[in-house]
Amino acid sequence: MLQLLILIAGVAAIAWVNWYFFMAPKVFVTAKASGGTQEVTISVEGGYSPSVVRAKKGQPLRLIFDRKEKAPCSDEVVISEFGVRRFLKPFEATVIDVTPTEAGTFEFACGMSMLRGQIEVEG
Amino acid sequence: MMANIRETITMQPTTENAAEATIPVSGLTCASCVGHVREALEELPGVTAANVNLVTREATVSFNPGDTSVETLVEAIRSRGYGAELPVVRASLAEEQAAQEEAQTEEYNDLRRKAIASGALGAVAMVLSMPLMSAGDHATHGSGDPILGPLMNLIEVPLRTAMPWLYSIDAATLKWTLLLLTVVVIGWAGRQFYTRAWTAFRHRTADMNTLIAVGTGAAFVYSLAATVAPDFFVRHGVPAEVYYEAVAMIIALVLAGNALESRARGKTSEALKKMLLMQPAQARVLRNGVELDVPASEVQGGEVVLVRPGERVPVDGIVFEGRSAVDESMLTGEPVPVQKEVGDKVIGGTLNRLGFLRYRATAVGAAGMLSQIVKLMREAQASRAPMQKLADRISSVFVPIVISIAIATFVAWLLLAPEAGLIRALSAAVAVLIIACPCAVGLAVPTAVTVAIGRGAQAGVLFKGGEALEKLHGVDTILLDKTGTITQGRPSVTRVVAAAGFSEDTVLATAAAVERLSEHPLAEAIVRAAEERALVSSPAGDFDAVPGLGASAIVEGRRVLIGNQRLVESREIAPTALLATAEEFAAAGATPVFVAVDGSVAGVIAISDPIKPSSAAAIKRLRSKGLRVVMLTGDRKTTALAVARMVGIDEVVAGVLPEGKVAEVKRLQQEGRRVAMVGDGVNDAPALAQADAGLSMASGSDIASEASDVTLMRSDLEAAVSAIDLSDRTLRVMKQNLAWAFLYNVIGIPVAAGALYAAFDLLLTPVLASAAMALSSFSVVSNSLRLRR
Repeated sequence: MLQLLILIAGVAAIAWVNWYFFMAPKVFVTAKASGGTQEVTISVEGGYSPSVVRAKKGQPLRLIFDRKEKAPCSDEVVISEFGVRRFLKPFEATVIDVTPTEAGTFEFACGMSMLRGQIEVEG
Repeated sequence: MMANIRETITMQPTTENAAEATIPVSGLTCASCVGHVREALEELPGVTAANVNLVTREATVSFNPGDTSVETLVEAIRSRGYGAELPVVRASLAEEQAAQEEAQTEEYNDLRRKAIASGALGAVAMVLSMPLMSAGDHATHGSGDPILGPLMNLIEVPLRTAMPWLYSIDAATLKWTLLLLTVVVIGWAGRQFYTRAWTAFRHRTADMNTLIAVGTGAAFVYSLAATVAPDFFVRHGVPAEVYYEAVAMIIALVLAGNALESRARGKTSEALKKMLLMQPAQARVLRNGVELDVPASEVQGGEVVLVRPGERVPVDGIVFEGRSAVDESMLTGEPVPVQKEVGDKVIGGTLNRLGFLRYRATAVGAAGMLSQIVKLMREAQASRAPMQKLADRISSVFVPIVISIAIATFVAWLLLAPEAGLIRALSAAVAVLIIACPCAVGLAVPTAVTVAIGRGAQAGVLFKGGEALEKLHGVDTILLDKTGTITQGRPSVTRVVAAAGFSEDTVLATAAAVERLSEHPLAEAIVRAAEERALVSSPAGDFDAVPGLGASAIVEGRRVLIGNQRLVESREIAPTALLATAEEFAAAGATPVFVAVDGSVAGVIAISDPIKPSSAAAIKRLRSKGLRVVMLTGDRKTTALAVARMVGIDEVVAGVLPEGKVAEVKRLQQEGRRVAMVGDGVNDAPALAQADAGLSMASGSDIASEASDVTLMRSDLEAAVSAIDLSDRTLRVMKQNLAWAFLYNVIGIPVAAGALYAAFDLLLTPVLASAAMALSSFSVVSNSLRLRR
């Protein structure tokens, strides 16, 4: 009986871990447009929040990475498709300007690709 | 292929009549302040748009420079009671790099301090734990572990002799003392693991910190319970053991590993730092006839710059006075200093050796060659190598899967080996969490790319990114453009032979009269030769270029034709008398050019393009690497074969036009070959783009040819060989790293879970697991650093 309980508890724990990290819904934010520029502030602390940014094609997009920690994992942000690798100063906001000219999903990540986010560019 | 998206620079004219400025604003406390400042700006004439950001504390203003100025904008913000500063040019790359370096050093020092302190506390905790273990309280402690078990038995006897009083302290006191020690280690040195794991958890992500936090957390909570309520454990038949020393030692070892890794990671971008340091801070300029020392960033295009012997050239420019040897090795990898005279280009960051130079600045700031190289390097280092994709997929699911395995381990021990007890199950689960190393997987490819890009740049080889490194590694055929790649690309007249009735000088002078109107590269050689011999001729008229063949014009009332044999023959002129001479020129590697006057051949001019001294040796090395080497040229076959023979190439495609080069690349690709093409970035651009890997020789100031994957800063085939060598070595390191990172986890995790326990009685304690984990990511970074050599 005890053994069965242990087994059920173990399976439930594994299921919960996988649900929590893989299946939970993503939060996205649409970049706010003003004066021809779209802008979004992304807070950096153990991850990116929001982790999905929606933006429009063809308009300059200003990403403001507000780093709220000094953990080395987040000290660089890489947006490969835009050729950006930028150091984020701890406890400071770093502005990265890009102009998406194609629709699609572009990933941004930390230098080691452990923390990730996406820019969804709509046509 | 990089998507066609580019980073834009914040301060730049947006259109011809508009400018944009980013002004730092202080005193912004709330959203309404933002509105006030924006209003103040929008009221000004000439301001087309204003945007104020509370987070960056900046106002971004688009305005018409004819109607207002940045000073007016700043004044307007100040008039509303907020602070505003004139915008400075954005923190330079050098400053950004310096800030990053400072943060890295600080991080390293912090980690080292914490690792040493927690290591010392961990050692004390181990000593204090010995009496508890020998008391039989820890029947399972350390045993089965191939290293720690025997080690503990080894120190037991001397410890008992040296500190007998330790063994008379009662268990409860020891446990409470250990708890105190461990709380210090967790709360101070290891705190970052828990806070970072928590923030990651809130974002529904998990990383290395999660594993350490859950692993040590589980061991700590269990020990805490055993300390506070030992009776409860005993009543339920579970020994009230504590694991404090393991918690402290794991934290110490992981911190030590992080410190090593942090320092090694800093070294991966050393090449970039060195590049940035080459730009001198000061420049000596001539303003209003006075020599002034000014910051190099303030030198304006067109200004006169002075460089003394032993100084670095501050910005790019063209020499108008003086003569010197300049060491350009830092940019081109070319070890021999280059002679600079009037009219020559000097590059900012290079080292002036012996003479004085006065030059006029051309490209300053971001347009300078060094800045362009640094920008290219940073973009390349930002790129993701295709090989990274697999690693990325694994890192993104790694931690939750490891946690699942740890839970499964715990359950399996309880169910399959109930006699081993709760402690062993917990220990195995914790060992699984601790030994797993996602960092090694994550660092395997990017560190190799970063180091390789830096190493390449120091040798004058600029890779566009990780993909370029991979593509070049895979090639089996290399196409070399003849002119400018194998040869110097500066053709000169080597011989002139006149037909009966003409003199050499007449032939050359007549030819030069026509060629003055032509833009063909060979034309320049003829004109130069005529000038060198001080020959004068009356200007030509009625010029007509015949593409691929030559040109014709009227000189002093006579119809003059200049071109190859086909041109002459197409006009029904028999070149018979000089045909043998032309063949002789071609066989020696020169291009014969016929000159015909009024329907008969007047002479033939040999134009040859000297072979670069390094070409033959470089081609030999390419062939020894097993590459099929093919020469491509627009020249006639005899000339091409002669050059090919001299440099040791036996496959030649001659007489091809630029579109023909693309066709040749395609033909080889259809044969199943993976083709690299070396040529100049302008004329050969289509073929470079078609090739699997395009290597362009840098020409002029444009170093970032869109068409090529690799830019060679030295127009020398040795650079192409270095590029291929480096890409081969990098790919080897990437594969080693990935194999090591995967195998380490694939073997380490099951062993930690106890897979070998039943058969070999082999089990890892969490402490040993943490030592392995600390070394694994460090070894990946260290392996990448080998590419620096």
